[in-house]
Amino acid sequence: MATEMREPIESGCPDAFQYMHPVLRRNYRQWKWHDHPRPGVLRHVAYSGETVWTVKAGTQRILDVFTLRKLCDIGDQYADGYVHFTLRSNIEFMVTDEAKVEPLIKALEDAGFVVGGTANSVTMISHTQGWLHCDIPGTDASGVVKAMMDELVDEFRNCNMPNRVHITTSCCQINCGGQGDIAINVQHTKPPKINHDLVGNVCERPSVVARCPVAAIRPALVNGKPSLEVDEKKCICCGACFPPCPPMQINDAEHTKLSIWVGGNHSNARSKPTFHKLVASGIPNNPPRWPEATAIVKRILKAYKEGAKDWERINDWIERIGWPRFFEVTNLPFTKYHVDNWKGARNSLNASTHIRF
Amino acid sequence: MADKHHETPMLDELEKGPWPSFVSGIKRLRDQHENERIRGMANSLLGQLEHSYETRKGYWKGGTVSVYGYGGGIIPRFSEVGHAFPESKEFHTLRVQPPASNMYTTKILRQLADSWEKYGSGLQTFHGQTGNIMFIGTDTENTQHFFDEINSYGFDLGGAGPCVRTGMSCVGGARCEMSCCSEQVIHRKLLNNFTDDVHRPALPYKFKFKISGCPNDCQNAIERSDFAVIGTWRDEMQIDQDEVKNYVQTKGREYIIENVINRCPTNAICLNDDDTITVKDHECVRCMHCLNVMPKALHPGMDKGVTILIGGKRTLKIGDLMGTVVVPFMKLETEEDYDRLVELAEEVIDFWAENGLEHERCGEMIERIGLVNFLEGIGVDVDPNMVNHPRQVSYIRMDGWDEEAEKWYRRKLEEKHQAAG
Repeated sequence: MATEMREPIESGCPDAFQYMHPVLRRNYRQWKWHDHPRPGVLRHVAYSGETVWTVKAGTQRILDVFTLRKLCDIGDQYADGYVHFTLRSNIEFMVTDEAKVEPLIKALEDAGFVVGGTANSVTMISHTQGWLHCDIPGTDASGVVKAMMDELVDEFRNCNMPNRVHITTSCCQINCGGQGDIAINVQHTKPPKINHDLVGNVCERPSVVARCPVAAIRPALVNGKPSLEVDEKKCICCGACFPPCPPMQINDAEHTKLSIWVGGNHSNARSKPTFHKLVASGIPNNPPRWPEATAIVKRILKAYKEGAKDWERINDWIERIGWPRFFEVTNLPFTKYHVDNWKGARNSLNASTHIRF
Repeated sequence: MADKHHETPMLDELEKGPWPSFVSGIKRLRDQHENERIRGMANSLLGQLEHSYETRKGYWKGGTVSVYGYGGGIIPRFSEVGHAFPESKEFHTLRVQPPASNMYTTKILRQLADSWEKYGSGLQTFHGQTGNIMFIGTDTENTQHFFDEINSYGFDLGGAGPCVRTGMSCVGGARCEMSCCSEQVIHRKLLNNFTDDVHRPALPYKFKFKISGCPNDCQNAIERSDFAVIGTWRDEMQIDQDEVKNYVQTKGREYIIENVINRCPTNAICLNDDDTITVKDHECVRCMHCLNVMPKALHPGMDKGVTILIGGKRTLKIGDLMGTVVVPFMKLETEEDYDRLVELAEEVIDFWAENGLEHERCGEMIERIGLVNFLEGIGVDVDPNMVNHPRQVSYIRMDGWDEEAEKWYRRKLEEKHQAAG
């Protein structure tokens, strides 16, 4: 039976202007300045003299329809029915009447959302899917983030950091969570366990061989079946072979660990953008609340808060005090694994007598 | 089925504490939703997730699911433990392109929620790391029904697989005084020129556009996109000296010296005796720091445009790469300007589609063939803004030097004539 299929309308990305608060539309590209009346609130003033207050709130990111409708109810009641989501999945409500700011904050807090995340706060952790939905995750994302934000909620609500802190998490070494001032990422520590019964049928073997960053995989006959083998001395346990070939089982309940990286900064402010650098590893992947990872993040934040000057991001602060001092103030071990040996690694070595004593 | 709940002692731990809990959200769907299908799906999902927490393993596998006429846009998920958790055994995500800058009316959010409730799990995320609205959890048949419904009122799928991916743009001109371009317009011009490449994955690997209105780069475009468009300006920074004096008066001279003057990466600002400032605009690198500290006093210049960087990406396979400057400055005011931007994107994607290896990002291809070969391939002249410093190794054949030097002088002369009008 031939059923008529509907042809898609390839409309692509929808026009934003139809969903934009009228005050934003009226003053498009005509904003003059902003300030920050209190944590969680921004005030923008346009050349026309019009003012808009933005109230930012953190959510659980994985939203059920009840929560989404609750946010819509608040938007209808206080913010003319318009909202904006930030890159880090915070929700923002825009109001043109200052008198609505406090009631809006109260409504959000009463409904269980957390107002904050602006300026020099620790804002919402940007994260990935994890066990809830990803096909290759070494850990959960929403769970790590929920547990960590419970501990950092005061730093979200307040602006006590030297500059903004962007934390990210990722459930595999592909690192979909991206760069962060602090990044909590999976680090596998053992080569994949191969299910040789499945490789021949499930995997396109040449693509898997090509995917390996260190050429450690080669085709092989195992028990008379076409499969793959891994040179375990060469293998860096990155897990790149796992997505194209699920029988290359990289995830392990015990040997999949977490690493913490710091100093990733997307902004061009002061210095050029930077990638994050490894500072801690071997951290147990410990659901449901991952206390060991949170403890290290808090230790780093404490040292940063105490040691950095105003406006220094974590990378700026470390650049000034030096890495030896960073490891000292955070009481984290410096190991041979911190010394880079990847392509271009010599650029990361100290070729000078610039040493702080 | 939904009457018998899976035990979730580990997930229950994530209902404690002050931050909103996604576990409580899924439980609300399980316990309170009027639709039995949704209640069952939420119960199954919680069961499988608890099983992951217990065993520290994921149990989703990919597959092939799409909608009629497209090849991508869906993240198929089939459970490996579907026998134990049958109601969520198919749990696909639809990646849907958000309006540029992630602006919504509550009306459209409610409409999307109503559609999703009809066909899906009732779980969604605003937004995934690539920038899509993620409608998480439906079966193969309902994937088509949900898409048909939301597509009829203006929403379309994003990219998944080796294709042009959903773009991202900052709030920009809608609500930010730092904005130097029309982010939402750029976003749509670029993305909607490539809808075919979004919906039918046929490129070497993923290709991402991200647009930030100023060098603060709130969209992480340089680090995370193959094609980063960053707003900037090339004339003098606008200074309101009365506001500068206000800052000095309220914050103190020492604060301004320590936090503005001394932090300028090229020492391009000085504080004068009368508490005004002078900026050496030719030495300013548009880093944004002083504007960020004194947003009432300092504003981008009037001659705005964009810088374009190509080739940013994360670890896989050769290690992290930032984007590289390929266009130091481009005006974006007229239709012709926008056409030039789109043409450049087409050149880049065409060249990469032809020369990139399988699973090789654009930046990795540039790394492999060298920036100069890439520039020649897309028809862009070299420029000293593209490098941190010139070459430091003599190992290169340079018998074309005279011709290249001649080209440079000719270009400079043309630029001079153009500037003179």
